[in-house]
Amino acid sequence: MAYSDKVVDHYNNPRNVGSFGKETPGVGTGLVGAPECGDVMKLQIRVNLETGVIEDAKFKTFGCGSAIASSSLATEWLKGKTIDEAAKIKNTDIVNELKLPPVKIHCSVLAEDAIKAALADYKEKHASVPSGAASK
Amino acid sequence: MGLKFPIFMDAQSTTPCDPRVVEAMLPYFTEKFGHPASRNHPFGWEAEGAVDAARAKIATLIGARDPKELVFTSGGTEAINLALKGVAEMYKEKGNHIVTTVIEQRASIDTFKRLERQGFQVTYVPVQPDGVIDVEEIRKALTDKTILISVMFANNEIGTIQDVAAIGKLAKEKGIIFHTDATQAVGKIPVDVEAMGIDLLSCTAHLIYGPKGVGALYVRRKGPRVRIAPMMDGGGHERGMRSGTLPVPLIVGFGKAAEISREVMAEEGARLAKLRDRLQDVILSSVEEAFLNGRPDRRLPQNLNISFAYVEGESVLMGLNKETALSSGSACTSSTLEPSYVIAALGASAELAHSSIRFSLHRFTTAEEVEYVGQRTIEVIKRLREMSPLYELAKEGVDIKTIKWKAD
Repeated sequence: MAYSDKVVDHYNNPRNVGSFGKETPGVGTGLVGAPECGDVMKLQIRVNLETGVIEDAKFKTFGCGSAIASSSLATEWLKGKTIDEAAKIKNTDIVNELKLPPVKIHCSVLAEDAIKAALADYKEKHASVPSGAASK
Repeated sequence: MGLKFPIFMDAQSTTPCDPRVVEAMLPYFTEKFGHPASRNHPFGWEAEGAVDAARAKIATLIGARDPKELVFTSGGTEAINLALKGVAEMYKEKGNHIVTTVIEQRASIDTFKRLERQGFQVTYVPVQPDGVIDVEEIRKALTDKTILISVMFANNEIGTIQDVAAIGKLAKEKGIIFHTDATQAVGKIPVDVEAMGIDLLSCTAHLIYGPKGVGALYVRRKGPRVRIAPMMDGGGHERGMRSGTLPVPLIVGFGKAAEISREVMAEEGARLAKLRDRLQDVILSSVEEAFLNGRPDRRLPQNLNISFAYVEGESVLMGLNKETALSSGSACTSSTLEPSYVIAALGASAELAHSSIRFSLHRFTTAEEVEYVGQRTIEVIKRLREMSPLYELAKEGVDIKTIKWKAD
């Protein structure tokens, strides 16, 4: 199977690989997938508690090239978005951007799940943050 | 000598034709184009003579008493289909039970699935963690309805060589027909249908530096005389077992490839085993938590199969595939989207089945290529582990088996 240029680019130059400390203020962590399925994504966001804007995002992925590319792209897109805007990222956007073939659509679904999980974790941990900030 | 890219290290999927094979084939496309079944003119006689000579070379390679025991097919898959379906059909009055193993290749497994739908019962004997089938497990699986034992000679993924002679002996003792899928073994290691008690043997040309599109089924004629029902109806070629005009150029190539393989087997096997061992040492000495699959001392000389914990197989191939051709048991590289059932059957975790990489060397592999591929593999594994959440968790001391994963 030939990979699209964008998948190859993200695989060769993954954006935002790394981790934040899970207890760092403003951080939400999503860990989705399962090793036996061949895909695990960890995606983290760091939100500015004042503005509710995602200032930074990081990922680590165990999976095929398309899974790596999907999560790398997700971190790029998350930066600068509010958490409400981030919740609107759809797997189909990732499919279109990376030109994923049908057998790789599950990679984009997993990336969307990872975003949702990171947002949910953020909201859970920061429930006490004034709503004006957390859900601007 | 500089390296030439891409480097081919996927020789258990196919091999390049040896130039001597191509040379032998060429005249049979043009001036020697006769039909071997044309019994009444020189064109036919010439073609028939060439086919007979090739048949004899393949018979010699596998220790067959009589070249007539070989039936040409379109390849290994057809040979296996013909053997399994042919025996099932011919002996169904005698019994409906077949014994095989869980590590057979798809051509066998899928044929058995079809036979099961037709009412046959198939027992899939498990494999030991080292890739070897315990012959006692086969013995225990036999019933008075068993008509066939089918066990692969050497595995296509992990290269493990089975104790075929012991299985042949068991089959003789019980009066059961024994088929072996020897597509990966013939031409690479000694195979002797007489000494090993093999009744049916499948093999193919393209894995021994011959052309794609031709294979053969050995069908024992004496002690016992094995009969198989044909799958292809037509002109009654190949003594009625496989109708269809013989692809003379391919058969000539197959014969030449068999002849060369037999001549160079000992020397080539030793050379490739040495290169393979070097590749294994380079990788295993530098990469922690890399696991060798298959029993080291019972392997095809050209095979190396390693599971790299915390990284997924396809992503490893992607890191190398511009310059090196390898293969993986990862689900993402299979047509079924399932990880390697062979690695999984060894009792490894499913994660490691997704992480297996097969390196298979060949006649034209150089020491320089081995060093290069070894170093590049180490680099790619290192890079992918740095971006693996599983590696990070393991480094933090978390046992990933204790995490409750939310699968799709």
